[in-house]
Amino acid sequence: MTGMPFLSLAIWIPILGGLLVLATGSDRNAPLARSLSMLVALVGFAVTIPLFTQFDASSSAMQFSEFLPWIPRFNINYHLGVDGISVLFVLLNAFITIMVVMAGWQVIQEKVAQYMAAFLIMSGLMNGIFSALDGILFYVFFEASLIPLYLVIGIWGGANRVYAAIKFFLYTLLGSLLMLIALLYLFMQAGGSFSILDWHKLPLAMPAQTLIFWAFLIAFAVKVPMWPVHTWLPDAHVEAPTGGSVVLAAIALKLGAYGFLRFSLPIVPDASQAMAPMMIALSLVAVIYIGFVALVQTDMKKLVAYSSISHMGFVTLGFFMFNAIGLEGALVQMISHGFVSGAMFLCIGVLYDRMHTRNIADYGGVVKTMPKFAAFFMLFAMANAGLPGTSGFIGEFMVVLGAVQFNFWVAFAAATTLILGAAYTLWMYKRVVFGVVGNSHVAELEDIGAREFAFLGILALCVLAMGLYPFPFTEVMHASVNELLRHVAVSKL
Amino acid sequence: MTDMQKLYLLVPLAPLAGAILAGLFGKAIGRAGAHIVTILGVAVALVASVVIFQDVQAGNTFNGTVYTWMKSGNLTFEVGFLIDSLTVMMMLVVTFVSLMVHIYTIGYMHEDPGYQRFFSYISLFTFSMLMLVMSNNFLQLFFGWEAVGLVSYLLIGFWYERPTAIYANLKAFLVNRVGDFGFLLGIGLIAAYAGSLNYAEVFAKGSELAAQDMAVTGWPLITAICICLFIGAMGKSAQVPLHVWLPDSMEGPTPISALIHAATMVTAGIFMVARMSPLFELSDVALSFVLVIGATTALFMGFLGIVQNDVKRVVAYSTLSQLGYMTVALGVSAYSAAVFHLMTHAFFKALLFLGAGSVIIGMHHDQDMRNMGGLWKYMPITWITSLLGSLALIGFPFFAGFYSKDSIIEAVHASSIPGAGYALFCVLAGVFVTAFYSFRMYFLVFHGKERFGNNHGHHDHEGDHDDEEVSADHHHGLAPGQKPHESPWVVTLPLVLLAIPSVVIGFFTIEPMLFGDWFKGVIHVGSNHVGLSELAANFHGPVAMALHGVQTAPFWLAMGGVVLAWFFYMVRPDIPAAIQRTFRPVHALLENKYFFDRFNEIVFAGGSRLIGKGLWKAGDQAIIDGIAVNGTAKLVGWVAQISRLFQTGHLYQYAFAMIIGVFILLTFWFNLI
Repeated sequence: MTGMPFLSLAIWIPILGGLLVLATGSDRNAPLARSLSMLVALVGFAVTIPLFTQFDASSSAMQFSEFLPWIPRFNINYHLGVDGISVLFVLLNAFITIMVVMAGWQVIQEKVAQYMAAFLIMSGLMNGIFSALDGILFYVFFEASLIPLYLVIGIWGGANRVYAAIKFFLYTLLGSLLMLIALLYLFMQAGGSFSILDWHKLPLAMPAQTLIFWAFLIAFAVKVPMWPVHTWLPDAHVEAPTGGSVVLAAIALKLGAYGFLRFSLPIVPDASQAMAPMMIALSLVAVIYIGFVALVQTDMKKLVAYSSISHMGFVTLGFFMFNAIGLEGALVQMISHGFVSGAMFLCIGVLYDRMHTRNIADYGGVVKTMPKFAAFFMLFAMANAGLPGTSGFIGEFMVVLGAVQFNFWVAFAAATTLILGAAYTLWMYKRVVFGVVGNSHVAELEDIGAREFAFLGILALCVLAMGLYPFPFTEVMHASVNELLRHVAVSKL
Repeated sequence: MTDMQKLYLLVPLAPLAGAILAGLFGKAIGRAGAHIVTILGVAVALVASVVIFQDVQAGNTFNGTVYTWMKSGNLTFEVGFLIDSLTVMMMLVVTFVSLMVHIYTIGYMHEDPGYQRFFSYISLFTFSMLMLVMSNNFLQLFFGWEAVGLVSYLLIGFWYERPTAIYANLKAFLVNRVGDFGFLLGIGLIAAYAGSLNYAEVFAKGSELAAQDMAVTGWPLITAICICLFIGAMGKSAQVPLHVWLPDSMEGPTPISALIHAATMVTAGIFMVARMSPLFELSDVALSFVLVIGATTALFMGFLGIVQNDVKRVVAYSTLSQLGYMTVALGVSAYSAAVFHLMTHAFFKALLFLGAGSVIIGMHHDQDMRNMGGLWKYMPITWITSLLGSLALIGFPFFAGFYSKDSIIEAVHASSIPGAGYALFCVLAGVFVTAFYSFRMYFLVFHGKERFGNNHGHHDHEGDHDDEEVSADHHHGLAPGQKPHESPWVVTLPLVLLAIPSVVIGFFTIEPMLFGDWFKGVIHVGSNHVGLSELAANFHGPVAMALHGVQTAPFWLAMGGVVLAWFFYMVRPDIPAAIQRTFRPVHALLENKYFFDRFNEIVFAGGSRLIGKGLWKAGDQAIIDGIAVNGTAKLVGWVAQISRLFQTGHLYQYAFAMIIGVFILLTFWFNLI
């Protein structure tokens, strides 16, 4: 392992690069802002590649660690590190940033520099979330990442953007305030340490564990989002510009789920075990209830947003069954959902850019005028429906296998997604893409250009590569997942 | 990797390469390029399969991994091949029928703008089907299973502008997903309790599994596993009540009806259960379930064939019924008979479908039998090959279908598993029904008065059920005075090449497949089940079997069906009309396919939408958003509204409030002291 601080680079290159882009100023320099953003995104991704190639998959310890005192008076440190659970998210995040820059290339014509900068800065902050090992550092990144997304929705969003942005902000902020209290309590208990790794080892009594679990639950459940605190997500998605939706679905939703793994499970294992039945029940509600709700949506983006919630239900389900295949399945599902939901929102964006409507009823027969697009959209729709050979299958498959080990009826309920997921995705696809050309606007549609072909093509390759050969992805996780499960199985009381 | 292992890989990869070339570079290589690369790919697969067949015959089997797909927990997921007698037989059937269909497609689709896309899809299908049959584990089986479903979906909806086609493909996918739901749970149970997804390892633990009950539910484990797996087979192989998608799948172009929805994909369920015979043998309950479902499908789907007027639909219902026969054979542990019927059926049913397609070409895409008649004069090759196919289907002695169907009936006769009596009745009655609808179609199409070329009266006023709803561009029919014509050689050559095995394959293969040791060590029959052992004792060669067959009930039932069809539709066409009038409710029941579609439409499709609307409007919008979220916001706003009243901005009011406050504080203070 070289001494390069790859994690710091992954965090600060996009943030500083974003500030640089911001400095290009007004829209007169838009071409420069775009090229510079692309460069920053590419370099930002490049520095994350060693995190994967040099990662020691046999170890469950934190790797690429960096440690600097930050506020010594309160023992707050700039402490970074990744393990098999978090490393893939740093890569995914840096990768998705490139997609987002490409997606906004032509569509965004106003405040280009600000738009690009917001995404770059957000990308750096989110890398910070995934690699922070200090409670306060995590909290700062966690809260700070809200701001760019809030601005993206509030400024470049649709007609009802202010309602959606405020709803999004208040919902998530409210949740994380309780987390802050929990963090401070842990600081006291740990004898003045904000180190997450110290907290993992901290013995805690059951009442304290329960309260901490709830505090974390509220913060993370809102982010995931879990039923019933999910209603901000469809609104946020509908109003957000395409890039915002992509980041929201591909990365932001993963923050909450990641929080469960980094905080709830290892810090309060006994409370997590005790609350598992409730968590599983909520997850299944998300899978089934939300699946039905997705079925009747008339707005494409809302439909995919609901489908995201349903897919995230699989993630939380996988976490709380406490078996390796379920947990790894959940992690795979998170990565895959990053690709698939990102791609679905990009596809909807492609249509929206041309037709300026997301209403399913306004479409029909798109395949006639946009055959290349229809082929990509079909692939992603099938991945969304969990077809084997695509990445969407693996996570669902593993979680269902884990669920059968856990309890047959849980598996039975979870497996209904096979039917529901296919129903809502393909029914939408049918109404949008197949059929006779719906109206004169559809008849005049232009097929995707080179830029759109590029980002959809790259994502298509990711979806297929992961679907056909997931071995490298899961190999990274084993050591950390097994260590986590071993840790959770030992009582802290 | 040995040379044989390279050859195994070549079999699925050659069609895949063809599919990719035709699919991604279709424009560059052109129409001829597309059919050349795909036909070449499938031909290579066929030749390789023949070589592998000879190798297997020489006693060389293979069970090994190609690559490790993933590891998790204590499970290893692999992609690998199991090459044995059952696999290689399926490989030959799949690649041969696929090659015939590829060639036929040149003629059938030559005017279609989606020519390259079509070739790409059918080659992709061939790849997926080969992956399915060659698999040595449940993961890859499921991959192939879903992949063939995907291609079926794409091909049923090939003419994506037809509302009926895109309705049918969605329906097919979703109904299959219901089956897959069971299938996935079955695989999950196997993974959870056997700790492996590899066939050989799971089969080795069979008796261990049979001794266990499931945690939580307490059900006998092996029965639950087998029924779950069979639910998957019910979807794919269209068994009642998951059969509803198959008739509608006829919206796809005819070549794929032959390849996918008759010869190969729909038999995947039969193949799978035969492959799993070491598991199914351990559960009599599961076998009985299989038997009853199969018997019901065999007879009751046959009835529906009688009232259809669309040539393709008749053949479709006949496929359903024949799949029922195969399932019945599985239920009575006659797995090799099921697989044998699967093979003979693949040939003669592909022949019948392609024959129907040839008729449709001759009729300029008119599929209604009521507009046909007397076609034997104009389409001699189609006529003779269709006759041969029909004879094979009804089980006429010496034809392929005779040997396979008679074996199934005899096996049911010998079985004592619960439900065998009902099944025997169904398969016997089914013989009569099969003969009747097959020859009804045969006579209406090829003999009798020429009814084509007059008007299209039958379509104009027939909005009563969806069979006739076909968009105009694909359904023009013959103009007045126009005559049908024989199809080009690319169409008739496959007919002839399929007619040969339809006639002779049973005669030559029954001995090794059913009574020899071809499937030894592959298909497992428990000692408590009769299977085919009683038949084996009475078998004295294929000639003796055929001659004996003439003296048995099935032969006379079939002949009765043929004669009745001839009498009804050639001699006295007024009788069926009269029967139809007299037994109107029965006819309505059949015409509406026992109301399965209506039921599904209202209860499942409508119900789901209703639940979705309810949860969305009441749950998400009214309760969560309305009361909890926006309600909180409103409450905050309301409190603020009220407290705002105190902020008047008048100094004397503030001063007054302050004075009162000071008084109250002082009062408390003095009292406290």
